[in-house]
Amino acid sequence: MTPAQLSIEGDPREPRVILRGDWSLRAEVPFFNDIAPQLAQAERVTLVGNELGVWDSSVATFLAALLRHCGGREIEVDQRDLPDGLRRLLALAFAVPARADARGEPAPKGYLEGVGEASLRLWHDLPAMVEFVGEIVLSCQRLLRGKARYRRQDLWYLIEDAGVRALPVVSLISFLVGTILAYMGAVQLALFGAEIYIADLVGLGMVREVGALMTGIILAGRTGAAYAAQLGTMQVNEEIDAFRTLGVSPIDYLVLPRMLALVSMVPLLTLYSGVVGCFAGMLVATGVFHIGMYEYFNETVNALSITHVLVGVMKGTVYGALVAFAGCLRGMQCGRSAQAVGEATTSAVVLGIVLITVAASLLTILFQKIGI
Amino acid sequence: MSAQPHIEVRNLSMGYGTTVVQRDLNFTINRGDIFVIMGGSGCGKSTLLKQMIGLNRPLAGSILFNGVDYWAASDEAKANLRRGFGVLFQAGALWSSLTLAENVALPLREFTRLPKKVVAEIVALKLALVGLAGFENYYPSEISGGMKKRAGLARAMALDPEILFFDEPSAGLDPLSSQRLDELILELRNGLGATVVLVTHELPSIFAIANNSVFLDAETRTMIAAGDPKLLLKEGPDQVRHFLQRGQP
Repeated sequence: MTPAQLSIEGDPREPRVILRGDWSLRAEVPFFNDIAPQLAQAERVTLVGNELGVWDSSVATFLAALLRHCGGREIEVDQRDLPDGLRRLLALAFAVPARADARGEPAPKGYLEGVGEASLRLWHDLPAMVEFVGEIVLSCQRLLRGKARYRRQDLWYLIEDAGVRALPVVSLISFLVGTILAYMGAVQLALFGAEIYIADLVGLGMVREVGALMTGIILAGRTGAAYAAQLGTMQVNEEIDAFRTLGVSPIDYLVLPRMLALVSMVPLLTLYSGVVGCFAGMLVATGVFHIGMYEYFNETVNALSITHVLVGVMKGTVYGALVAFAGCLRGMQCGRSAQAVGEATTSAVVLGIVLITVAASLLTILFQKIGI
Repeated sequence: MSAQPHIEVRNLSMGYGTTVVQRDLNFTINRGDIFVIMGGSGCGKSTLLKQMIGLNRPLAGSILFNGVDYWAASDEAKANLRRGFGVLFQAGALWSSLTLAENVALPLREFTRLPKKVVAEIVALKLALVGLAGFENYYPSEISGGMKKRAGLARAMALDPEILFFDEPSAGLDPLSSQRLDELILELRNGLGATVVLVTHELPSIFAIANNSVFLDAETRTMIAAGDPKLLLKEGPDQVRHFLQRGQP
């Protein structure tokens, strides 16, 4: 291969631009802006490509830039001595005029602009959330009147997915959290020789607060994210529009079964989480702090009243509803690209966890005030 | 130009698992041909295209590019061959998180060492060639389906491929846009001297641009004709003539 060569010869007012050698994208080629000053006085440019060897679009790129340069300055360009294919390619490149309102490179956003946009988004997000809640309530009303349309199989599948398939990870996390609670508590209680109260601590903590919280967070990462990704992908493929055009409410068909599945499974998972946590506490207490198993069991049963259990289950149910809400909301709001699906999923998990935390604080304060 | 065919398919059988979709395919494509893979729905046209661009491995047989057997070649040789391919997928398959300019620039940035300003110039040229000058900073979600196809074509041409593959280029386009796309393909072939392989069942496109073809049959699971579609219309097997005449005698 001979390297690409370029020479400008003749009268500066009527220069001849001569292209020689092989022009390839994979090698060094002249860049038009570097030679533009040499055409400063030109009134008429003749392009000569008779000695051009192998060429590809690198030469077309160079010539297109030259033609644009000359076109803007009303310099005449003679293309007769260019290879046939190249002339056609250039004609094609200028066949459609550039879009008049061509968009420039987007300017990088300033800090203030970013803050402003984020605030506006938040401001617009709130009514959308309220509207979505409204739609779900209406859908529930249709469900109660037996008019909501959805597939039973879907519901069973979703229930299995949100419930049974979540058991392994809920077991693992609850067991470990129970262990941590027991250890942390026992070290402090041992100072007073009151190790037996580990049972109260772990029992109350797991059943009333932590079991529900852990279950909620696990489900936000596991099921909420899955809902957002599923619905988001359906949005990208226009599947949700297909439901709308059929006159089937996507809320009834897609959102309602997901809400029902999660809300019905979370109480069970919360209870299960509490039981696993207490079991872990018992293992720690009997194995490490030498408390009798029967003693520990008795103490746990005494500490837990039915109210505590109900409070825990109620909290879990609220968290589950919030997770399903966040997942479905973000999925339904998803844009139409692969990136949007990713954003919807991330946002579903973040929103789910934020809502859980806010609800946890509010409920704890509320129960304290009314003395449950 | 050598007499060696650009692409040669020998005794190719393809399928999924144990189901054979097509067997004993034999045809050659010369340099500069516009080659159409024809056949009814579900006969394996797209599957054949996928094997030719190296996405799926054939059950048996070989595909030669310039005499090099693709599936027998080393990974490095495969990568080299693939660099000479440009592929336009059915819906464009533009990367949705990148602007049109970034979509076209990606292959250039990955496989050449051109400076940024030159890449920008090449991108501008390629987009101008497909009639999308000025759309550099638009995202794929902001343009129409036909424009996506053309942008996909600009991306397929980014590296000046020797062979351009098209999967149903005119599917979903109106007749005029589809005709313009055909003209564009023809112009680009003439300008850049590439070989074009396309899957289509648009009869107007087939007669307008193709000079070579293969006809796959879903029933017998093999090819029943090959050659210039205009000749096949006159003297091809009955079934092919029937197809090319849209079922009218």
